[in-house]
Amino acid sequence: MMCRIDQSEPEPGGKQDADATDAVFTSLLEDSAEELYEQAPCGYLSTLMDGTIAKINTTLLDWLGLARSEVVGRMRFTDLLTVGGKLYHETHFAPLLQMKGEISGIALDIKAAGGRMPALVTSKVKTSEDGEPLLIRTTVFDARDRRAYEAELLRGRRAAEEARRQSEADRVRLQEALAVLQQSLLPAELPVVPGLEAGSYYHTASPDLLGGDFYDLFPLDTGRWAFFLGDVCGKGPQAAAVTSLARYTLRAAALHDADPVTVLTTLNTVLHERYASGDGRYCTAIFGILHPADDGHVDLHLASGGHPSALIQRADGSAGYLPTPGGLLIGVLPRAPFTAARTRLLPGDTLLLYTDGLTEARTGPDRALYGEDALRAFTATQPPTGPKDLITALSGLLTSFGNGLDDDTALLALGVPAPSPTPASADLT
Amino acid sequence: MDVRRRNNVTVTGRADGPVLLLAHGFGCDQNMWRLVAPALAEHYQVVLFDYVGSGRADPSTWDERRYSSLEGYALDVMEICEELGLRDVTFVGHSVSAMVGVLAAAKAPRRISRLVMVAPSPRYIDDDGYRGGFSAEDIDELLESLESNYLGWSAAMAPVIMGNADRPELGQELTASFCATDLDMARVFARTTFLSDSRKDLETVTVPTLILECRQDVIAPREVGAYVRDVIPGSRLVTLEATGHCPQLSAPQATTGAITDFLAAAR
Repeated sequence: MMCRIDQSEPEPGGKQDADATDAVFTSLLEDSAEELYEQAPCGYLSTLMDGTIAKINTTLLDWLGLARSEVVGRMRFTDLLTVGGKLYHETHFAPLLQMKGEISGIALDIKAAGGRMPALVTSKVKTSEDGEPLLIRTTVFDARDRRAYEAELLRGRRAAEEARRQSEADRVRLQEALAVLQQSLLPAELPVVPGLEAGSYYHTASPDLLGGDFYDLFPLDTGRWAFFLGDVCGKGPQAAAVTSLARYTLRAAALHDADPVTVLTTLNTVLHERYASGDGRYCTAIFGILHPADDGHVDLHLASGGHPSALIQRADGSAGYLPTPGGLLIGVLPRAPFTAARTRLLPGDTLLLYTDGLTEARTGPDRALYGEDALRAFTATQPPTGPKDLITALSGLLTSFGNGLDDDTALLALGVPAPSPTPASADLT
Repeated sequence: MDVRRRNNVTVTGRADGPVLLLAHGFGCDQNMWRLVAPALAEHYQVVLFDYVGSGRADPSTWDERRYSSLEGYALDVMEICEELGLRDVTFVGHSVSAMVGVLAAAKAPRRISRLVMVAPSPRYIDDDGYRGGFSAEDIDELLESLESNYLGWSAAMAPVIMGNADRPELGQELTASFCATDLDMARVFARTTFLSDSRKDLETVTVPTLILECRQDVIAPREVGAYVRDVIPGSRLVTLEATGHCPQLSAPQATTGAITDFLAAAR
């Protein structure tokens, strides 16, 4: 190390250096108190309690472009302020100073020689020994740069506030538009079907995104009813466009020929034709028809294209899937096989259709998939009291998933009401 | 609605005495009266309050539409009179509050029987043949001053976050919060104060009226005081040996004396 400090020996010539520094200080300090006051880097003034200026320093006079004789005894402090400054002084500054005896850092504008000059003003009341106010001492700091910066900050803040208001308004408008669109993809309410009970539920994962789940229930001919429930891959406006196309295609195709496989085949052709050339859009769906018979049961005939199997809760409390294996996604291939299934719903039986938001919800600490087995087990624990009760139980289940439920979920339940039990006492009369 | 809490109403003085309702102007709150209230309380029942948007009034009850016209402030006054069941009130209004008193007296003549107008001005902006002392640009400048001072260089002007009311230094906090209100509310009050024109309303005054002006007041010049006296029939104008816009602070004894004399003569 080249640099070494030897503590034991005084540095040669140290005494002379100290003397020289003292000499410089002395010459500087010839700056008298008077000169310090007059040439201080801020404005000084003293006023009587009524504001009449009794003393003022050169710095401030220079800023004002006034001669001492024009000011002392002739002007009041407020005469140095712009009109806005005067108003502020009278309504805020003076009352506060009167009350507290001092006030600091107030932004006021003074009428300087070169025009308006932003300043920061601090005042203190000097009192006599018995507390009688004698005069007011005031310092005035040049705040031009600071005020320009403040003005810039204020402008920035206003612009940001305006932008925030605008974006909030846009967001509200967008959400309203999305809600209307979303409702156009789902029936406003399910129709009343004689001899059947129906319930549905729709969970929207995000109010800002249109979901791709859809369902419907509508009359065919001579007492038959059609239903469907499906799920378009993806979310957002593109998915919603496919959802809309799928929903109206299914309804139209069913009126022409309601055979479930034929209806799904038509949808496949339409989707494939429409989206084959672009970003392949497809969906899964179950379409079915219900045919109520005279003796109170309902014949069910459905077909699935790649959709999770329908679940049936029987009147005895058991629950089982109605398998439709091998049905392909709808819209992927020009020709696709779809699998049909038939069953009979007896009084007290309920058919449940759902989208995979339910079975793919994440549950528990390890965030495992909820799964079809769990759904069947859950359904089997529910009393077989009809579609509305089942939907209520399932919507409660969905809520219990919390943020484990991150996808849209549609539920549609259709059932044959059980005959209302005759009160035992009724037989006795 | 709890009007007492909303307007931070304080009642002092002789419970059986004639009622004085003291109303502050733009910029401050009921602290404005602290130097005159004790002397007045010896003879009168003194009611103090803060307008909503000022001092310690409940800011959650502020409504931009209501407080964008002097009628909104007059409504505060009438609701206080009603809530406290006040009758035969002498309304003492400082600055813009003098005009608020005019509006309230016209609407509730059975409650307000006398007016004391301290440094009043029915119109601050110059108009054809009328000199209020200010131009519209001046008022914009004032609004700018409001904004710059709310940036917080001065602890006295920036809104103060209220501390724990149980703490003994509460008095200090009161002082610190003096004049400090929400900027948006202050801006609305400033506009309402300085852009209103109440000259027509002065003509509705029928109650005995005392006008107090200062010898030198940049906000309410002498000719405005004379104007107010000329328009209100039978009114009395007293010029106090005081400078500035707040004689109740700069000349509290003279202010108290003038009010007491006026009330003694009115009886």
